[in-house]
Amino acid sequence: MELISYQDEGQFVSGHVACGGCAEALAMRVILNTVGSDAIGVVSPSCSAVICGGYPMSAVKIPMFHTTLESAAASASGVKRALVAQNKPDTTVLCFAGDGGTYDIGLQALSSAAERNEDILYICFDNEGYMNTGGQKSSSTPLDAITGSTPSGKTTRKKNLIEILAAHRIPYIATASPSHINDMRAKIEKAKAIRGTKVIIVLIPCLPGWGVADNAAVRTARKAVEAGVFPLLEIEDGVNYRLNVSEKGDSIESYLKEQKRYRHLDAEHIARLQAESDFQWRRLQQRVADSPERRS
Amino acid sequence: MDMRANARGVLLSGNQAVAYGVLLARPDVIPVYPITPQTPILEQIIELHSEGRMKAELLTPESEHSAMSACIPASLTGARVFTATSSQGLLLMHELLHYASGARASIVMCNVNRTPASPWGFWPDQLDSLAQRDTGWIQVYSESPQESLDGVIQLFRVAETANIPAMICHDAFYVSHAVEPVEIPSQLTVDEFLPPFKPDIRLDTSLGRSFGAPADQRNWNNTRRDLDAAMATVPDLVSEAGRLWGDLTGRHYAPLEEYRMDGADVVIVTMGSMCGTVREAVDAMREAGVKAGMLKVRLFRPLPMAALRQALEGVPCAIVLDRNYSPGTGGILHQELKSVLFNMRNAPRLHGLMAGVGGVNVSPAKIGELVAQYQDKEPQVGAIWVD
Repeated sequence: MELISYQDEGQFVSGHVACGGCAEALAMRVILNTVGSDAIGVVSPSCSAVICGGYPMSAVKIPMFHTTLESAAASASGVKRALVAQNKPDTTVLCFAGDGGTYDIGLQALSSAAERNEDILYICFDNEGYMNTGGQKSSSTPLDAITGSTPSGKTTRKKNLIEILAAHRIPYIATASPSHINDMRAKIEKAKAIRGTKVIIVLIPCLPGWGVADNAAVRTARKAVEAGVFPLLEIEDGVNYRLNVSEKGDSIESYLKEQKRYRHLDAEHIARLQAESDFQWRRLQQRVADSPERRS
Repeated sequence: MDMRANARGVLLSGNQAVAYGVLLARPDVIPVYPITPQTPILEQIIELHSEGRMKAELLTPESEHSAMSACIPASLTGARVFTATSSQGLLLMHELLHYASGARASIVMCNVNRTPASPWGFWPDQLDSLAQRDTGWIQVYSESPQESLDGVIQLFRVAETANIPAMICHDAFYVSHAVEPVEIPSQLTVDEFLPPFKPDIRLDTSLGRSFGAPADQRNWNNTRRDLDAAMATVPDLVSEAGRLWGDLTGRHYAPLEEYRMDGADVVIVTMGSMCGTVREAVDAMREAGVKAGMLKVRLFRPLPMAALRQALEGVPCAIVLDRNYSPGTGGILHQELKSVLFNMRNAPRLHGLMAGVGGVNVSPAKIGELVAQYQDKEPQVGAIWVD
């Protein structure tokens, strides 16, 4: 059991409209308070945009620019350049986007911003589907998961965005989970101090979308990390990999059992998912071993 | 003091002239993506920037969509923002064009009018920007490199006063690549004309204001009422900017320009580079005893309705030349004129001719023939292909 060391500066306030028990609100609270007040946010249509609040209310203290679904990274670039032109280069430009706005429709703009190494901190709240529109598959939806548009389970794998981002050789990529708050806070602090493009993918188990109990979001996220399904990692300069939780359990079954979207799976399917997860884990360990600056 | 003393005359294409207008406007951020035939604007801006003469933040993203996505919040952060595009690029931006006016971003953009695909073509045709007429952008059509340079600077003043984005449109090749003597005003002149951009409402950590959050029906409706009220101020702002610019440079501009309309029996109404051709045709017709004139529509959005009615009242016949085709209705300026003149006493007989669609050449002699052919005819409801 780790003690959560975290100071709430009031950057995210109560009265927001996240679903009761949603871990995204928790993650937003940690991120916004860690980033602090010298920041401007850009948010694309997603659960996080809804949680930020409808006019004239705002659950976040920093100024937010709500942009179009595919434009988060491009709009954040525009804000940053305007700040630089006004001699305010130290203000953090923070992006909130969902996996639809990142893996799918926003990938082109994100790739371009990463290629230009724009000085932005991009947070992807990854709930593995278009959950804000009622739960359709995105390219982040994992193999076999049921969504509104994959009623028999998705037949293809989750897009490996982390490797795509690493190929851009941006200074910092990380994953984070609402089950590991200290780790999340440390990653935000580290990213904030780096100039250039930083991307942090935060796993958000979606209560209605994944069929998770109202009190089980954080537990489900923890199981994803501990089973090795969602490894906590950092990649510096696209080549230096580190696993923040370097051990994983033997079975993903306990993780799957938290969720209705996997309830249709038989033993054979579960074995296939286990094999896929193990393969990805080994590949990641190899990446760590091959890192020029070995860190773990 | 004669402000023109430090101006200098040089040979410039329309696109180069735009870049020099941008230089003098001292922009802060320029997100821009290349496309034929806009690219020389981008190239000239990059050259001025690499020479150290332009200080702006240059952003070269992967698409026009991202360019406009960057323009909007950059402008809302208080930066003076310019971009340029053409045809497919403008069409790709369409979603963000609505977004920009809704967010009241004071962006200035140059659109080089080019045929939209398919099939592929690179020819002067105004459908690309005319198809954006409902997006809430101010639209000005320029006839020459000089007018494009002057127009960019004037539009920054108008856009930043009304908080409405503005585009200056000039025709592919006829204006974008045609080289003419252009007077580049001095920096002093432009600085006197164009104050720094300092919006009260902006993205600023000391203010905490947000932009674009979901609004309920009443508030959404109010944003458009506010936009409508601001749009209503634009014709006067354009007139004022054109007058002030004229006082400083000797080149006066207005939303509409009347050319030899005194006692005219027939007036040709058109926009962009076609105006240059029509001027010649009008001179030839006047020489031959035909009382012809021209009404140039420089400001297309907002449409200067009162001024158009005033200009055309009592004119026996007006012929609209449209270098665009809107499938299902015909020429777009013709449609607009019909709506403006509806229910007006002493309205002219109005002919709508589609001339030069797809960049087909329309000569001064051809325009003389068209006037002879249509001047005394009863007009049709729809537009007619004449080229």
